[in-house]
Amino acid sequence: MGVQKDTNTDSAENASRPADAPASRWTASNEQLERYSRHIILKEIGVKGQKKLLNAKVLIIGAGGLGAPAAMYLAAAGVGTIGIADADEVDLSNLQRQIIHSTEDLGKAKVLSAKETMNRMNPDVQVNTYRTFVSAENIMDLIRDYDFIIDGTDNFPAKFLINDACVMGGKPFSHAGIIRFKGQLMTYVPGEGPCYRCVFKNPPPKDAVPTCKQAGVIGAMGGVIGSLQAMEAIKYITGAGDLLTGYLLTFDAIKMEFRKIRLPKADGSCAVCGTHPTITELIDYEQTECGGI
Amino acid sequence: MAEFQIDGSVDITDVVCPVTFVKAKVALEELEDGQILSIHMNGGEPVQNVPRSIKEEGHQVLKLTDNQDGTFDLIVRKVG
Repeated sequence: MGVQKDTNTDSAENASRPADAPASRWTASNEQLERYSRHIILKEIGVKGQKKLLNAKVLIIGAGGLGAPAAMYLAAAGVGTIGIADADEVDLSNLQRQIIHSTEDLGKAKVLSAKETMNRMNPDVQVNTYRTFVSAENIMDLIRDYDFIIDGTDNFPAKFLINDACVMGGKPFSHAGIIRFKGQLMTYVPGEGPCYRCVFKNPPPKDAVPTCKQAGVIGAMGGVIGSLQAMEAIKYITGAGDLLTGYLLTFDAIKMEFRKIRLPKADGSCAVCGTHPTITELIDYEQTECGGI
Repeated sequence: MAEFQIDGSVDITDVVCPVTFVKAKVALEELEDGQILSIHMNGGEPVQNVPRSIKEEGHQVLKLTDNQDGTFDLIVRKVG
């Protein structure tokens, strides 16, 4: 499937919150204690939480406006294994918001540029790169070894594909989308609330919704929403606080207004997570083009 | 310190705030509820802040001894 992947030595976790398993990346060196001191001091994280982060595996699909800040905060936090999937190269129009890439990275594969930035930030982190578009054919293989998935994609077909794959694979994930001055996110955890398809049913018709290439997006919106996705991943891994399961969080930067909207419970008739699912195989919907979130 | 049975000890004289408390916290997390940790620390900032932070975490500070050489030994019982 055209996948380039680094060596991965840790054992795979499943859909449940990662256990307090032995953390091979935790050395308790003075350097690690200092690097993660602000986490360790927090009661909700502590040493146990930091060990879980170092032992955790998060896959980020899309190294764009959402994936860039998410990847950087997860690397800084010491998430031990971070996978990043994207088929594109860094383009000049990306640099207004995709802060993991720099001017000197123009033309470079985004996954490579992202990996180099994360490696510079934190040598504790192993970065696996997948230079590929996610598809019905490869997504189950991509998500299999990861504890939590971040949807940083920029189009509806990919968002429905990620949702359906995570439901079928029993994987938790953070959905997000941004356009103009608005952003939204929600978190799916198997058995703990509605999936993306429970709420949004089907992708909109092609060209019915403008892409961010056509509509524009304020660069800092990726920073706000992508960082919140990283926050959800960290909370899921450490068990700290409440997740956005069963809620949609929206942010309107023009009004400077966040809204946390309670979603209906998981829809028993949902085509993918319902009691009698009608979608039992992954579908590649027609892809609309966008210049990256 | 003979009046306490020490289950573990940690020297935090080689680090500065906030790693002083972090290092003590790591040592405490390796003990069981009720076990006793001896923490060797420098005077000044560590002796002012580490006992307070440990109390805030819910542990029991049993004794602080001035070694008269610029260092202190803090005896703590792990709670929880």
